[in-house]
Amino acid sequence: MVASIKKKIHKQKISLHLMMIPAVVIAFIFCYLPMYGIVFAFQKYVPALGLFGSQQWVGMLNFEWMFTNPKFWPVVGNTVIISVGKIVLGTILPIVFALLLNEVGSKVFKRSVQTIVYFPYFLSWVVFSGILINILSPSSGLVNRFLGIFGVDPIFFLGDSNHFQMTIIVTSEIKNFGFNMIIYLASIAGIDSTLYEAATIDGAGYMRRMWHITLPGIRTMIGLLFVLSLGNLLNAGFDQVWSLLNSGVLDKGEILDTWIYRSYLTSSAYRFSQSTAIGLVKSIVSLVLISGSYLFTYKVFNYKLF
Amino acid sequence: MVHSKLKPARLIFVIINTFVLVFMSLMFVGLFVHLIALSFSENIYVLGNEITFFPKGFNFSAYKLLLENKIFWNSFLISIERVVLGLILNMAVVLITAYPLSKTARQFKGRNVYMWFLFFTTLFSGGIIPLFVLINYMGLLNNILALVLPSTVPVFNIILMLNFFRNLPKSLSEAAELDGCNDIQVLVKILIPCSLPSIATITLFTVVGHWNAWFDGAMFTTSIDNYPLQTYLQTVVIKQDFAAAGITSPSFISSLSNETMKAAQIVVSMVPILIVYPFLQRYFISGIVLGSVKE
Repeated sequence: MVASIKKKIHKQKISLHLMMIPAVVIAFIFCYLPMYGIVFAFQKYVPALGLFGSQQWVGMLNFEWMFTNPKFWPVVGNTVIISVGKIVLGTILPIVFALLLNEVGSKVFKRSVQTIVYFPYFLSWVVFSGILINILSPSSGLVNRFLGIFGVDPIFFLGDSNHFQMTIIVTSEIKNFGFNMIIYLASIAGIDSTLYEAATIDGAGYMRRMWHITLPGIRTMIGLLFVLSLGNLLNAGFDQVWSLLNSGVLDKGEILDTWIYRSYLTSSAYRFSQSTAIGLVKSIVSLVLISGSYLFTYKVFNYKLF
Repeated sequence: MVHSKLKPARLIFVIINTFVLVFMSLMFVGLFVHLIALSFSENIYVLGNEITFFPKGFNFSAYKLLLENKIFWNSFLISIERVVLGLILNMAVVLITAYPLSKTARQFKGRNVYMWFLFFTTLFSGGIIPLFVLINYMGLLNNILALVLPSTVPVFNIILMLNFFRNLPKSLSEAAELDGCNDIQVLVKILIPCSLPSIATITLFTVVGHWNAWFDGAMFTTSIDNYPLQTYLQTVVIKQDFAAAGITSPSFISSLSNETMKAAQIVVSMVPILIVYPFLQRYFISGIVLGSVKE
């Protein structure tokens, strides 16, 4: 009896390990093996010589190139500015609309708005940029034509350095706010309804109930999503920026990821190494930020991912 | 929701709120209506800024031209291919990986090691260039596998699924095990049928992820014949980099630069998402909420 149970447990353990094999193997090949490629950052990597060919080791040369590059700090600045803008707007917008939508009585109306507002999140930035470039055009775009009715001069949303960052931030959140809004709506739905009843009996109106019950009720979720979004500080949105970037706004529009890709696309002999070096610095900083944000949410909000 | 007497202040708020929400929704819908209108209009009116939400000079010429654009449809098919392959592979990997990981560390020795091994890949990566060198070394350039294999272990989807499994009543799987089911049977016969919201959510994410991917298509291919759809759109419609795409015929270039043609291409590439979205969107919220950790 004991022997057969032991055999069953043993069998189960083997089959569980077997089930893990495909994921482990694929993750090893496509995620861990490339990590070896970090060494390119310390070499003057010449592709022709091959992966294991005798590449020239140059120590920190590529990093020196990066830190002394006049482009470096402006690019980091752009990245941080755009990211912070997105984090701030991306926290406020979903909350505001979740609260507004929560006040709506009709379920059908609520559902329709959710569905509509959520949809752009699922489009690629290639497609959404195509739409944006069209409607933001200074000469023929819908937005400028609309503003023209009020006598406002055409605004070069995408062509003017002074407007580019704001345009990126706003259009990004228009596309994405539906996602967090849904999460907040689900959280609001989870608030104990007896709290509302008690408050109403005590004479609290709609606004007071929103301020004293709804908002505190989702306070934890707000904090959680906010801290998690901080981990993405250096990811200002490559897909979006690359699609909308043009030569007129490089000074304010170039972010770390587009700089990395652009370095790779040049015909510079050491483009592999230089790109990898920038990417490595970004990866390390991101590692610290993301790990930090997970640790923080674990300790403070008791948030466990798995 | 508790109802109280409708005071004037409240009425004003409700009216304004409704107006704001309706206006916002119309704005969103308007973006797409405008695009569709562009695609069905005469080019002259488009250039003359006369199109808002209704086509002028309604015709199908942009779409007729599009039908003849072999490169577009070639890329369209490549994207379909990667969505189907990617979905099958990803779903299989997610399901068989989430099951062992949903067990506790005591039930499954090494569970935490496996978990961290996979999770670490979301925290740190070698970057796209070493991945490119690897793909090249494996001879997978221009191969559909290069677009599908690297993302076959979607860690966040695995986490979603394992949390979902954990939230299912233990009695289900325990009863099955007492009846003599082995792990595969428990997974296939019990857990999967109960996990439809989660599966629907992951299907939506995977399909959208593969359909929308363009960067790997640019990095891992050497000619436009192998571009997935979004990479084609990025090169030809957004960046209009005809040289990079290897398109030289002047008549073809001029038809591609046509605003109505551009709009038509964008509209067509949105169609699969439009088809999939309504079906799976229902399961979404419950899928995400139930796929989180409950204490």
